[in-house]
Amino acid sequence: MNEINITVIDRQGDQHDLKVPTDMGLNLMETLKSYELPVEGICGGMAMCASCHCYILSDHDLPEQGHDEIAMLDETDEVESNSRLACQIQITNKLEGLKLELAPELVGEDEFSDW
Amino acid sequence: MIQTDILIIGAGPVGLFTVFEAGLLKLRCHLIDALPIPGGQCAEIYPKKPIYDIPAYPEILAGDLINNLLKQIEPFKPGFTLGEPAVQLEKLDNGHFEVTTKQGTVHRAPVVAIAGGLGVFVPRRPKIEDLQRFEEKGIAYFIKDPEKYKGEKVVISGGGDSALDWAIFMADNFASDVTLVHRSKNFRAHPDSVQKAFDLANTGKIKLHLDSEVYKINGNGKLDTVTLKRKEGDDVQIATKHWLRLLCLTPILRPIGHWGNRKKCHCGQQCIGL
Repeated sequence: MNEINITVIDRQGDQHDLKVPTDMGLNLMETLKSYELPVEGICGGMAMCASCHCYILSDHDLPEQGHDEIAMLDETDEVESNSRLACQIQITNKLEGLKLELAPELVGEDEFSDW
Repeated sequence: MIQTDILIIGAGPVGLFTVFEAGLLKLRCHLIDALPIPGGQCAEIYPKKPIYDIPAYPEILAGDLINNLLKQIEPFKPGFTLGEPAVQLEKLDNGHFEVTTKQGTVHRAPVVAIAGGLGVFVPRRPKIEDLQRFEEKGIAYFIKDPEKYKGEKVVISGGGDSALDWAIFMADNFASDVTLVHRSKNFRAHPDSVQKAFDLANTGKIKLHLDSEVYKINGNGKLDTVTLKRKEGDDVQIATKHWLRLLCLTPILRPIGHWGNRKKCHCGQQCIGL
């Protein structure tokens, strides 16, 4: 099986070193979910929800952002120049050594303390 | 107080079809949903997306699926409490259940079906000072009662279908003074709606502020002004009593996730024990 290594920094700052197969047709969002990292992927990978928003920390040649991803990030808060939607990045051998950080949760639990 | 045979929490596809199945057994249903429209994530996140996992439909638009379900359950005349998240579930002495919404609407039934999916849709709040102080006093995240914006000066933020559809509707039908604010020049909405919004902007019926976002709000008890930060140029202050931030909503499992004692059930799921 072909595998690459990906490093993920979660929202608590903890590092996760993942081994990811490149021959299963996965995208990055599906990979993060399969490792039970807190990424929802609500829309199923259609760039329609931003629940897989992450920051790319390494210098990799990633697929260009499509219109849907750009438009979705335009509606998302806490967007930086290295923001991407993980669902729009297909896992390939080119991603060996990729390092990314999960963006803050879209909605914080503390906002609903009065519920 | 609303009394029914089956209370259904969540008016998504599963909740809606529950009405049909219960209807066949002559049981009346009442649905509760935080969104102001039925359909759950199919209606809120991707109404124009084709979906492929519905039996007998190789492909159907999520919005069409919801419309079909609504038509299918029409004969059973379900009740709806929309725009109100269910926040409390209590077991009564007679074994029935009482479900109360955040707005205080009380429902009772012998059976509660939780079809909550990913949870309740809530707004993503931007980091703006005093934001929560003005919620329901000028700031809204979805539109429950459109009539209150008739002829009013309204600022709408967003670049998706919800923001554009409401901006067009209010400018066309309500003679409202509509300002549409969007962070970029790219819209996520249906191309027809984008064209219509630009046409209305050209005729002065909608004031369009692209590459801009609201970053400051002001008022004395109620909203009076919003201030836009622009990618280029000075800030713009707009006097308005209504700022509608119609951007994506996000589902969270709270409060359903906190109900009852969660135990590993014989069905293999985390079921709620009351």
